Amino acid sequence: MTTLQQAILKVKEAGHKAFVPYIMAGDGGLETLKPTILKLQAIGVTAIEVGIPFTDPVADGPTIEQAGERALAKGVTLRNVLAELAFFREDITVPLVVMTYFNPVLAYGLEAFGIACAAGGVKGLIVPDVPLEESDILRETLNPQGVDIVQLVSLTSPPERIAKIAAASQGFVYAVTVNGITGARASFANDLEGHFARLCEASPIPVLAGFGISTPEQVVSMGALGDGVIVGSTIVTALHEGDFAKVEALVAASKGVLEKSTL
Amino acid sequence: MTNTIANSVPTKEGRYGKFGGQYVPETLMTALIELEEAYDLAMADKAFTDELNYYLKDYVGRETPLYFAENLTKELGGAKIYLKREDLNHTGAHKINNAIGQALLAKRMGKKKIVAETGAGQHGVATATACALLNLECVVFMGAEDIKRQQLNVFRMELLGTKVVSVESGSKTLKDAVNAALRYWVTNVEDTHYILGSALGPHPFPKIVRDFQRVIGVETRAQILEKEGRLPEAVVACIGGGSNAIGMFHPFVDDEEVALYGVEAAGSGLDSGKHAAAIAGGQLGVLHGAYMYLLQDENGFVQEAHSISAGLDYPGKGPEHCYLHDIGRAKFDSITDSEALEGLQLLCRTEGILPALESSHAIAYTAKLAKTMTADEVIVVCLSGRGDKDVHTVRAVLGGEA
Repeated sequence: MTTLQQAILKVKEAGHKAFVPYIMAGDGGLETLKPTILKLQAIGVTAIEVGIPFTDPVADGPTIEQAGERALAKGVTLRNVLAELAFFREDITVPLVVMTYFNPVLAYGLEAFGIACAAGGVKGLIVPDVPLEESDILRETLNPQGVDIVQLVSLTSPPERIAKIAAASQGFVYAVTVNGITGARASFANDLEGHFARLCEASPIPVLAGFGISTPEQVVSMGALGDGVIVGSTIVTALHEGDFAKVEALVAASKGVLEKSTL
Repeated sequence: MTNTIANSVPTKEGRYGKFGGQYVPETLMTALIELEEAYDLAMADKAFTDELNYYLKDYVGRETPLYFAENLTKELGGAKIYLKREDLNHTGAHKINNAIGQALLAKRMGKKKIVAETGAGQHGVATATACALLNLECVVFMGAEDIKRQQLNVFRMELLGTKVVSVESGSKTLKDAVNAALRYWVTNVEDTHYILGSALGPHPFPKIVRDFQRVIGVETRAQILEKEGRLPEAVVACIGGGSNAIGMFHPFVDDEEVALYGVEAAGSGLDSGKHAAAIAGGQLGVLHGAYMYLLQDENGFVQEAHSISAGLDYPGKGPEHCYLHDIGRAKFDSITDSEALEGLQLLCRTEGILPALESSHAIAYTAKLAKTMTADEVIVVCLSGRGDKDVHTVRAVLGGEA
């Protein structure tokens, strides 16, 4: 079992739901990366998704896109984020999952990128524009460096495809909760419960819900559908505005979330 | 069917050699798989192809003429030059061939809404036109910078009942309009079809666009055989993403004796860094769903393309062109903004035809190429669009000269 999967199962065994915040690396400058990661792990997050800025983030909504533009303006790149992580990797106590579009990885070079991930203590990788069909090359080059390749499942994925993705994904399955891009939502589709029930049934590894989750109430309701949640845009905004209390409230909501069946 | 270069790509994985593929968010994968299935069924259905051919003939005005440009030929004193008059299509460019085809396909798939991107506005206008004709709801994303430069086309789309949305992110041009259109499609995928305008994007788009544009080359091949009794020595087309070029080239790909020339936009010059020549000056990369030649920096960040012609202003090249380049079947060269302007004026002066700035790149290249060839040799040029839309831009640059 991988480090990433173990971390999620440990939380599950303790009766909680996994909480994975997404941060835009270097929003506010590369020097903010270390203090941000250390603060998040201190309040009990399960893992941290470290977003890499990109010029053309097609899967992201305006909040993360703008955070990416701020980071790009500060000169943040995939290369210098991984180098920065390597500087303080012995202080990192939770698994880090890098989220990057594919082109910066190609420009880095897959082999060199894998080595830099290992050096930076990275345990997982999410590439939103590499679907299952194109993902073999990522597992071939990154698995030997101890990096899981996390695949996404969407509401539009039919059952046989869900089964294939769940079988291929590593660490956890990233279940996208909306048709659309990242960013806060007031409401979700009605058939989410059935979708998650089928997905959890098909998946040999934990299932985390992500996209659009922005309030403690949604952390509870979405967390109950699977093994935990990923929260992006709201965290990005809270960190940008220096509102750490908001982050703490979201993390607290993931503790002691009951299984849906007992609600 | 024997295996030839032309029919060997794409593979079922959507690959053209190492190029192409499907680099998109998972939410779009099912839509792409459904699109491919629906497309294959439609093209095998005579009722569908008959309907498409009906609109191409009676609505678009096909077939377009293959015109012997005698004055231009004499002026240049080299090879005989023929112009494939895609500028005479309804809406003034080749873009309508694909827009009508995909709009009919969308209707057949039961989709009620269309989303599209546009740079100069030609594909946007063609899509808005097809949607008005076929009663489909249409949203077009356009970069804020392009909206400023192409006010008339924006108004034209609005007259046709299309909603034009200004894209304020990134470089506020075509690539950002594609990002916005993709995001819209991800969000509305269940009732919306994305009419991609060039031979770009994730599989099956490069194939669908190629197939709907193939009519250009199919007609040209038959017309030149009728007029000259043989195939041309050279075929020339401008290339942004590459839709008119692949439509023109594809029926000639297996004719080894026909040289294929794709003309990229060199902007202010390849050395200036301000150009759109991804094959000449780009690296391999992934953008908007496909592995292709791409203008980018050492960190994999996509760079802005530059060209006087908004239709060539895109940082990547369609995967099939990348493949034809890699196997040496087509040759890619580039023409600067100022050379294109000269090409535009040359065709106006000699033939009384105002070409689009995009097509002017092909004209300018042909002017160079013709001089290296003899009077018994033949060049066919794809005149992809008319230049009325560019008069404002050309006037601003040439000033009193025009």
